[in-house]
Amino acid sequence: MTPNKIGKQTLQFSSAPVITSWASVVGPMEGKGPLGEKYDLVLRDTLAGEKSWEKAEQKMMQYSIELAMEKHDLLPKDLDFYLAGDLLNQITCANFTARFLNIPFLGLYGACSTLAEGLCMAGVFLEGGFAEKMGVSASSHHDTAERQYRTPVELGDQRPMTAQWTVTGSASLIVEKKGNGIKLTHATIGKIIDLGISNAQDLGSAMAPAAFDTIKTHFEDLGRSENDYDLIVTGDLGLLGHGILKELLKEKGISPDKFNDCGIMVYSPEQDTHCGGSGCGCSGVVLTAHLIERLLSGYYHRLLFIGTGALLNSLTSNQGETIPCIAHAVVLESRGE
Amino acid sequence: MIDQNVLLTEQEMTIWQNELQKEHQKVLFWEAQAKGEERNNFADLRQEIEKQQQRFAKPREIDYLSTVIKLVPSQTLIKNLVMAFLVGGSICLIGQIIYNLFAQGGLGIKEASAATSSLLVFLGALFTGLGYYDELGKVAGAGSIVPITGFANSIVSSALEFKREGYIYGVGARLFNVAGPILVYGTMVSILVGLVYYFAR
Repeated sequence: MTPNKIGKQTLQFSSAPVITSWASVVGPMEGKGPLGEKYDLVLRDTLAGEKSWEKAEQKMMQYSIELAMEKHDLLPKDLDFYLAGDLLNQITCANFTARFLNIPFLGLYGACSTLAEGLCMAGVFLEGGFAEKMGVSASSHHDTAERQYRTPVELGDQRPMTAQWTVTGSASLIVEKKGNGIKLTHATIGKIIDLGISNAQDLGSAMAPAAFDTIKTHFEDLGRSENDYDLIVTGDLGLLGHGILKELLKEKGISPDKFNDCGIMVYSPEQDTHCGGSGCGCSGVVLTAHLIERLLSGYYHRLLFIGTGALLNSLTSNQGETIPCIAHAVVLESRGE
Repeated sequence: MIDQNVLLTEQEMTIWQNELQKEHQKVLFWEAQAKGEERNNFADLRQEIEKQQQRFAKPREIDYLSTVIKLVPSQTLIKNLVMAFLVGGSICLIGQIIYNLFAQGGLGIKEASAATSSLLVFLGALFTGLGYYDELGKVAGAGSIVPITGFANSIVSSALEFKREGYIYGVGARLFNVAGPILVYGTMVSILVGLVYYFAR
């Protein structure tokens, strides 16, 4: 028997673990975006005083978990486990941050769905009684991602209109068994969906069906509909992916009015990123800086947060492979429910 | 056998996929146990099933692609063409002015060309280093990639990018990351053209 699993893919956290603290650290470009005022720390430049972008990204992740701990008067030793991931090869930012924290650690990789994956796993740990306090982090950095997945940063090439801009940012959350904050009530673990998109400069179209599949399954599993949520927000589908998701939803008879996307929210149109933001940091910083605040203030009561990840690397895309994508959803509720 | 071109409902898809998966596992198991010639037969059968599994997803992929194509933002083609023409033309004009100045200064045709190329490469490298060339490239596209300044940009941007991995494994190994293909195929095509010229003359 699996009393905590509902339907095909959804987990129910009856004890409702609580997100008690959170923090976001972003780069200068994100700081100039529409949510600029809300981030905890905006770096002065993309190097953050380090010698390389990789080091800067690692520091960003470290700062975000440190800030999240400090806000709630915690030290690394108070956390039972740390779950983190990023986009770099062998998730080095997460590994190096865990080296700094010196607490038991599980590295996660779900591309840009990593933060949602981390929240799912934290829920499982807390519901199962394996931990009292968990740390969850995810980060991405525009320049490290560019050099790993695409071309040198200073190369004068033209990005296609379907391209998205990897967010320089890191988000961390502390999830606890009890406390004041945002309740984590359900999680839906996604399947890999690949509908044959192979263009690595068009991840929105590749990821939209995965997000759609997870949303649909989530509704079926819980017997809920879009009306049960104040906002359904995807991680980084961008303008194009969001448009496609809306089409797919309409075909199924789901009203797309309550849907939004962190990739659209993170930059303003004047910032000329073409299709919006992407990366682990994208959904992370929008969630921690903006959405959680709105849940806390009572503006939203229940929110479905869907991390979307494109699971490719530069070798597979050069070999012409199509892009497998995944989406994990978590339900967040404000405490006053 | 089912018609591969018909768009199946999701339920039908799942049923068929499960069916194929069952078969695939079974055949693989037989293959693992079989010996000699028999083993190859099973391998062939397994590959046949794998192909079917792949073909299966095709109609759904094509259907999805038709949704995507409707929504993909179009490239700003006319604007890009005009900007490429203007910027590319300007770079060439600057090159011509530099050449004329060198020629007036008393250099011969060959020397003036070489000096012009060197100066343009220097300028391309300088503006890459200062962080302006990628801004230009964003607007100009091919207009700033094709001239020799673009070649300088491709090398210097790689050098800047990989300096942090050291001078041997970083700069040394990756300097031609972007320019490498241009050099390889540029050289190859020049040889081919040379051969054609030699025999056609």
